[in-house]
Amino acid sequence: MGGTGVLPVGTVTSPSAGEPRFPSRKKRPRPARLVPLLPATVLLAVFLLGPVVWSFYGSFTNSALTGAAANHTSFVGLDNYSSLFTSSAFPMSLLLTLIFVFASAVIGQNLIGLALAVLMRKSNKVVRAAVGASVVAAWVLPEIVAAFGAYAFFSNTGTLNVILHAVGLPTINWLYDTPMLAVTLANVWRGTAFSMMVYSAALMNIPPEITEAATVDGAGGWKRMWNITLPMIRRSISTNLMLITLQTLSVFTLIWVMTAGGPGSKSSTLPVLAYQEAFQFSNLGYGTAIATILLVVGAIFSIIYLRVLKPEVD
Amino acid sequence: MSVAALPKISMSSPRHLGVKSLTNGLLLFLALCFLLPMVWLLLASFDTEATLAVNWPAQWSLANFAKVMTPEQTLIPLWNSFLLSAGCALVTVTCAVLAAYPLSRYPLRIKKPFLYGVLFGTGLPITAMMVPVYSLFVTLNLMDSLTGTMFFMAATSLPMAIWMTKNFMDEVPISLEEAAWVDGASSMQTLRAIVVPLMRPGIAVVFIFVFIQGWGNFFVPFVLLLSPDKQPAAVSIFSFFGQYGAVAYGQLAAFSLVYSVPVIVLYVIVQKVLGGSFAMAGAVKG
Repeated sequence: MGGTGVLPVGTVTSPSAGEPRFPSRKKRPRPARLVPLLPATVLLAVFLLGPVVWSFYGSFTNSALTGAAANHTSFVGLDNYSSLFTSSAFPMSLLLTLIFVFASAVIGQNLIGLALAVLMRKSNKVVRAAVGASVVAAWVLPEIVAAFGAYAFFSNTGTLNVILHAVGLPTINWLYDTPMLAVTLANVWRGTAFSMMVYSAALMNIPPEITEAATVDGAGGWKRMWNITLPMIRRSISTNLMLITLQTLSVFTLIWVMTAGGPGSKSSTLPVLAYQEAFQFSNLGYGTAIATILLVVGAIFSIIYLRVLKPEVD
Repeated sequence: MSVAALPKISMSSPRHLGVKSLTNGLLLFLALCFLLPMVWLLLASFDTEATLAVNWPAQWSLANFAKVMTPEQTLIPLWNSFLLSAGCALVTVTCAVLAAYPLSRYPLRIKKPFLYGVLFGTGLPITAMMVPVYSLFVTLNLMDSLTGTMFFMAATSLPMAIWMTKNFMDEVPISLEEAAWVDGASSMQTLRAIVVPLMRPGIAVVFIFVFIQGWGNFFVPFVLLLSPDKQPAAVSIFSFFGQYGAVAYGQLAAFSLVYSVPVIVLYVIVQKVLGGSFAMAGAVKG
C-alpha cells in the first residue's frame, strides 16, 4: 500500500485497560511516567514538526539550489505567494489537483468501492474471493510497480489500446492526449481497494434483521440502500471520504511515472509542480510555498475530520 | 401488509437467479479490469520479446530475471530497501511501544493533546512536505544518508504506529501487571516481561505494516538519497526505466516482480495473523 497514509479512525474502545488502582503508585514522581514518550516525541518534533515549521519559514525566503540566492538566502515576504497566484502554472495546477481529487477519489474510488462492497455481499464465494484479491492486489503492490503497470496499460501501444482496437473502437493516445483522464483512472485502479475494505467492514456491521425487516415491509433494493444502508454507514462514508481525499492530495509517484506532469503541464498536480519548481528549476522558495499551501489544505481537511468524526481519545 | 401479499424473495425465484448471475458477471468483469495491468507485469517478465501490451509469451523464459539479478542492478538495491524498511520498522515499533505504554496505562493530562496531535500527524501530506524536508536535510547535513532517511521514514510512520500499538496495548488487561507491581517490579519491567510478550501478534502487525510502507516508498528516498549505491530498489527501478525502459520491458517487469514479492508475502502473513479477510481496514472501522 505504498505510501498511502492509512489514517486511524473511529473510536478507541476499551478504556478498560484503565488506570492503575494502586494508591501506592500515586506516590511515584509523575514526570517519570512521561519518559517513555520522549523518543517518539523527539522523532516527531525533528522530522515532522521541523519540516512543517521550516516550510512556513522557507516560503518567505528566496532560497534556491544554485545561483546567487543559494549562498545568500534572504527574506522576501509574500513574494513567493504573490508570484504563485500571478503565474499561470499555479492556478492551473490547483484546478488540476481539485479535478484529480474529486474525480478519482470522491467519485471513482468512493463509488466503485461502495458498489463493489455491496455487490460482493450478493455474489457467490468464489467470485467474491477473486474480486477481493484482484482489487486488493493493485493496492498492495509497491507504488512504483503499480505506476509502471498503469503506464504500460495506458501507453499508446499498451493493453488498453490493443483491446480497444480488437473490439473495433477508436484508440486514443491516453498519456499524451488525455493525461488527466489516464492518471485519474490509474488512481481509481490503485486506490479503490481501500474504500472497498472500509465499506465491506461497515456493511458487515449492519444487523441483518434490519434489512430483513425492510424487505418484509416491501422496500425494494434501491429504497433499502437509500433509506437504511447508507444512513447506517454514514460515519464510514465520511471517514473514508476524508482519508482518500488526503491520500489522493499527495499522490506523486503515479503521475510522475505515467506523465511526469506532462505533456507540458497538463497533468502537473500540486505535488508534481512543487517537485518540478524546487528540484528541476531549482526554485526552492517557490516550491516551498506550494508545499506550504498543500500542508494548509491537508491540515484543514484533518481538522474537519477530527471535528466532524470526533474520534474518542480516551 | 398481509402475508399473502408478500413479495417472493425465495432463493429459487427466477428473477433472483437472474440478478445473481448479473451481479456475478459484473463483478468478474470488474475483477478482470483490475487484473489486466498486473497480468502484463507477470507475462512480460517471462517474455524476452515483451512489449507494453499484454501478450502471451511465445516462449517462456527466465532470461529477464537472469539479466537483472546482478549485484549492482538488483541485489544491492534490494538490500538497501531491506536496510531502510527494517531499520525504519524497528525504530518505529520501539518508539511506538514505549510511547503507547504511558498513553495506555496512566491518566495523563497530556494524553488527549498528544493523541490528537498524533492523529493530526497522520493526515499530513508527506509528499507535500518533501521540499521543506529536503531543505532541512541539507541544513542538518543529512543528505544522502541512509540513517537520516530511515529516521525520517520512521517519523512519518510513527503517528499511525502509536495509534495502532496503543489500541493493541489497551487489550492487555492491567490486572496482570498489578500483581508484578506489588512484588516491586517497575513499569518498564512489566512492559518488557508481561505486556510486550502478550501483544506479540499486534507488534508483528505494526512492524510488518511499517515495513511494507517503507519497502514501497519511492518519493522519500528519491529526494533524499543521491548516490546509486545507497538507493533502494524503488528508486533504482525508476532509474533503470529511465535508462533502458524503452527497450527492455521484460527486464523492467522482472525487476518489478522480484521487488514486489516480499510485500505481497508479508501482506498475506498479516492477514493470517489478524484472521479477517480485510483486516488492514480494521484500524479504520468507522
